[in-house]
Amino acid sequence: MAISVNGTDIPIPDDPRVSLLDLLRERAHLTGTKVGCNQGACGACTVLVDGERVLSCLTLAVQADGRTVTTIEGLGDGATLHPLQQAFIDHDGFQCGYCTPGQICAAVAMLRELQGGVPSYVTADLAGPGAPTAEEIRERMSGNLCRCGAHNGIVEAILQVAKEQAA
Amino acid sequence: MIPFTFARATSPEDALGLAALEGHRLLGGGTNLVDLMRKGVEHPVTLVDVTALSSDISETAQGGLLIGGATRNTALAAHPLVRTRYPVLSRAILAGASAQIRNMATVAGNILQRSRCAYFNDPAASRCNKRLPGSGCDAREGLNRYHAILGGSASCISAHPSDMCVALVALDAQVHLLGLAGARTVPLAEFYRLPGETPQIETVMAPGEIITAIELPPLPVAARSAYRKVRDRASYAFALVSVAACASVQDGVLTELRLAFGGIAPKPWRALRAEQALLGGPVTRDAVFAAMDLELAEAAPLAGNAFKLELARRTAFAVLADLTGETA
Amino acid sequence: MSRVQNAVIGSVKTVLGWMPERWLPGGTPDPLIGRHGEVGRQASRLDGPQKVQGKARFSAEVAMEGMCYAALINSPITRGRIARLDTAAAEAAPGVVLVLTHRNMPRLEIVPVMSITNMGAVGNSALPILQDDQIRYNGQVIALVLAETQEQADHAATLVGIGYEEAPARTRFEEAKSSARSLASIMVEKNQVSVGDAPRELQQAPYSVDNIYRTPGHNHAAIELHAVTTAWDGDALTLHDSTQAIAPTANALAKLFGVKREGVRVLSPFVGGGFGGKAFWDHQVVAIAAARIAARPVRLMLSREAVYRMIGGRTPTEQRVALAADHEGKFTAVVHTGYSVMPTYAVCPEQYSLGSRAAYRSKTYQFGQRHLDLDVVPNTYMRGPGESVGSFAMESAVDELAHQMAIDPIELRRRNEPDKHPLSGTAFSQRGVLEAYRMGAERFGWDQRSAQPGTRRDGEWLTGMGCATGSFPYVRMPAGAVRIHLTKGGQATVSCSAQDMGMGTSTVQSQHAADRLGLPLDAITFEMGDSDLPPAPMAGGSAQTVSIAAAIAAAADKLAGELLRLAGNASPVAGLRAGEVRLVDGSLVSLENPSRRDSFHAILSRAGREAVAVTASASAPLEMLKFAMQSMSAIFCEARVSEVTGEVRVTRLLGSFDCGTILNPKTAASQFRGGMIMGLGMALTEETLFDERSGRIMNANLADYHIPAHLDVPEIDVIWTGIPDPRSPLGARGIGEVGITGVAAAIANAVFNATGKRVRDLPLTLDKLL
Repeated sequence: MAISVNGTDIPIPDDPRVSLLDLLRERAHLTGTKVGCNQGACGACTVLVDGERVLSCLTLAVQADGRTVTTIEGLGDGATLHPLQQAFIDHDGFQCGYCTPGQICAAVAMLRELQGGVPSYVTADLAGPGAPTAEEIRERMSGNLCRCGAHNGIVEAILQVAKEQAA
Repeated sequence: MIPFTFARATSPEDALGLAALEGHRLLGGGTNLVDLMRKGVEHPVTLVDVTALSSDISETAQGGLLIGGATRNTALAAHPLVRTRYPVLSRAILAGASAQIRNMATVAGNILQRSRCAYFNDPAASRCNKRLPGSGCDAREGLNRYHAILGGSASCISAHPSDMCVALVALDAQVHLLGLAGARTVPLAEFYRLPGETPQIETVMAPGEIITAIELPPLPVAARSAYRKVRDRASYAFALVSVAACASVQDGVLTELRLAFGGIAPKPWRALRAEQALLGGPVTRDAVFAAMDLELAEAAPLAGNAFKLELARRTAFAVLADLTGETA
Repeated sequence: MSRVQNAVIGSVKTVLGWMPERWLPGGTPDPLIGRHGEVGRQASRLDGPQKVQGKARFSAEVAMEGMCYAALINSPITRGRIARLDTAAAEAAPGVVLVLTHRNMPRLEIVPVMSITNMGAVGNSALPILQDDQIRYNGQVIALVLAETQEQADHAATLVGIGYEEAPARTRFEEAKSSARSLASIMVEKNQVSVGDAPRELQQAPYSVDNIYRTPGHNHAAIELHAVTTAWDGDALTLHDSTQAIAPTANALAKLFGVKREGVRVLSPFVGGGFGGKAFWDHQVVAIAAARIAARPVRLMLSREAVYRMIGGRTPTEQRVALAADHEGKFTAVVHTGYSVMPTYAVCPEQYSLGSRAAYRSKTYQFGQRHLDLDVVPNTYMRGPGESVGSFAMESAVDELAHQMAIDPIELRRRNEPDKHPLSGTAFSQRGVLEAYRMGAERFGWDQRSAQPGTRRDGEWLTGMGCATGSFPYVRMPAGAVRIHLTKGGQATVSCSAQDMGMGTSTVQSQHAADRLGLPLDAITFEMGDSDLPPAPMAGGSAQTVSIAAAIAAAADKLAGELLRLAGNASPVAGLRAGEVRLVDGSLVSLENPSRRDSFHAILSRAGREAVAVTASASAPLEMLKFAMQSMSAIFCEARVSEVTGEVRVTRLLGSFDCGTILNPKTAASQFRGGMIMGLGMALTEETLFDERSGRIMNANLADYHIPAHLDVPEIDVIWTGIPDPRSPLGARGIGEVGITGVAAAIANAVFNATGKRVRDLPLTLDKLL
């Protein structure tokens, strides 16, 4: 009964009411994952479970038993920043920094989804592969709200990393 | 959230046993249920995680698709056969919620999600017959912009929030149910009950039954299909009106048509009257508006949502015109 | 705000009017204006690496030994009293430490509320906190439950048995208009102002518009929830808070809980968005009281629902704007009046008419606001208070008049541009809004706009362009202090209790300090976010940057004096006074003869000192009274409206700003964009849904209160005149709030240009355009 979080096993709490989010923040003291609404409406709590982006506020910790969770603290390799982390700094993709870990985690998975051919509502041809255009990124990132208004910088940062990955 | 026992179903039979427990709720992605538990709208004593049940998507012998109830919404939307044969379903799923939520939510959970009516979701202070039968409805004379114009009753006017299900009713999807009495299949169009005097009863599911799968019949016309969602935000908002349509035209007249609406009724609304009226004729503004008038004949709009009548007519025409090559 | 206040401010202004300009702060422009240094450089945020790695620690993220968790109960009724209260079941629930209600809450005074006449106060509400059984608004906190885990606390909160005795409540806007109050003053301005006979001009003028504009309630909706982690150690209190007002909060708490100010420490190094919503509310008080009674550290994070119920937002408004013009397009009447909600226990008058008073030249004027006393959560300041919604009304009206007269709306504004403050006659410190329009129009391609509405289309989408003026007054807060600690090795630490909500405060002030002290950027450490540091004023009114800048300037002067004293008689700068030297390249340098210089290192070495430290307070912000000072903007919008569904999409948005010197183009552009995006939300989607039958907010969540999502936000172009303000520190004016102003009107004007439909009722939802 454990969840692998950034490579470290964390035991499942006894109380099944504990969300993955609360497990991370209050028990594992991994406070990089943020709580913005606790009801699936803002995306601040986005983490990767087995590589897919999910909302940790609506995931019961017990449901993540045996799974691999990556949080913002698990991106990059400690010494160097993940390319998206660096791109967010370069493009000023945040102000207060509170929605930022969720945006970055979502973006990491979103680029993988794009590369894996998952379409979006704005993909013109559902049968074909999607392309990392600004509009695609905006639609696919719409589950991550930002109140400071860093949207332009976020989209630019993701576009840049998408380009680098494609190169 | 009240304390509860967590159980994991590893097989359909296992799930049936757990679903026989008093006060249980089945847990899929949790995107709606966990929120409702926090709000105190739902308070299961046993939570049965059914995400380990089938999430397979396979072709049926008839050439349709069988979709396991635990299939994640993203997996269904991204499936190559869905994207090519039933694009309306992909598009509808992708119109809903956010990518994170679609990654979590299951198909069965999407079908069984509950009302987003503000009064339903406010147990601390609001009256709601769906949540507490007999308590009254605060929406009818309250803030009802998001509510139903069709199919509501004096006791409840809440609208069904799903996008996916609008496409599914257009596609004649069947719901596979399993209970202690055995398995049965119900068309999704007949799966939901209108509120009437008992808005707390939302489906025809018998106590203890579970959804095991959704079946899509082979439907060549669905290859030419579309979903358009009209909402207050460009993305990540519930529908004010949505339209799912599959259509084929020969010699300028509609030879096949499937038309369904979201956001306007307590269930995903299959527009059979409009379909009948339009079949065999051309897609013109007048024809669609006349057909929609038939469909909306029993509409009972309220102070906040009367605009949906016109919005539904216009959106229906735009979608059909676009789909059949007419200019809107 | 009283008549006395009007009189005091009036007489101060009169006296200042007689004084020569050079006697006043800002009379001689700041010598740093126009100097090329760190200021003006495109620096990335210094706290960026922390934020992108999730290492920036917010108030709910501080771990403490033995911590317990709080859950609140908010009143579901609007007026009445608690008739029955049974806490036994909750107290017996697993893990419960304490149930705090009005019965066992310590007796506390009312927290002094913030006001122009009491700038050090911080309260948002003049109501008692958990002191009696009375319910005064829907959502009022009535109990706190403390438990070992959050899950236990949340559950136990559902077990508190409460019976209510309901009383009639005042909840209806329309009904309350008949008993509306008229305050004597709105902020520092007299409220009801009439110049000439505006009604007569409206009747006689060849051109006029006279309409009602409505804006709904708005919520700050910062993504970080309000949260505290707090602990007592005897009479010493530590509060990790998410607040825009660190020092004032510490002062208020010391007084409220009857402990020494030195024993109270408020820490708030990061704030996850504020926008006016993060000052002092009930939650800090109940959490601190609970921690004291339980003798345990306490964490309280409000639920998103509680943020809507307990933290007031922007009030709804109903504004009348009437304009009259002669045949030349010169205004003969400018009228801006209206109603908004402000309970007697709230602090914010939502000064929507103030921007209009400084906007246009006219023959006659009439201004005045009336306030409705409803039983609601006290409304408060939210980004661009007043001007955000006021500019929607005024700038829509200008567009309407321009259309009626068949004049380009920019030209109409140009013809009515004032050369001094229209009401007071005070000189503008600097005003370049017409230049902002010129630059913006050229860059945006305004000449491509069709003057005839409803004539451009792209498939089902009608397209149009609109523009509007935005403005926000310059504010510098009095009494900010900073400490500068300079080492022999040339490292400086600049410290004050400032707060950063994402404006880039530490980055920009480090850049400023580098230039002011003559040191490289990497030699500067900026310490902030802690009430043990010299007190900075609250972050509000777009005033923090210039307020701290003025304090740093004062401290740098003092440091120069101190270094001159230490330099001694053998120094090349011996005999010079503080005003006669600059700090350049790690040295004191004579202004008159730059070859006379002495390095900090040499001075401190000779004096046998490892470091020198000074603390100083900013000069009084008298420039605000002597000059009419505003940040301004010209906003341009291109919008598409679906002819099928009425959906509005903003495809292009440009802000051309006139806000003095831009200190860091990178962070400033972000702040402008952020304001504009909040304006976009205000225009298109944002509305606090208030059920007037019950007095309850019905969309107290982020799923139904629609702030813009990524797909709503186009690429936003931001440019500026960059003309320094000769009367302000660094030549800068505020940029935090001006961004939101004018945007809603520019969008509504673009929608009119696209469709020919004029919507005067925000938000511009599709049902209004079908």
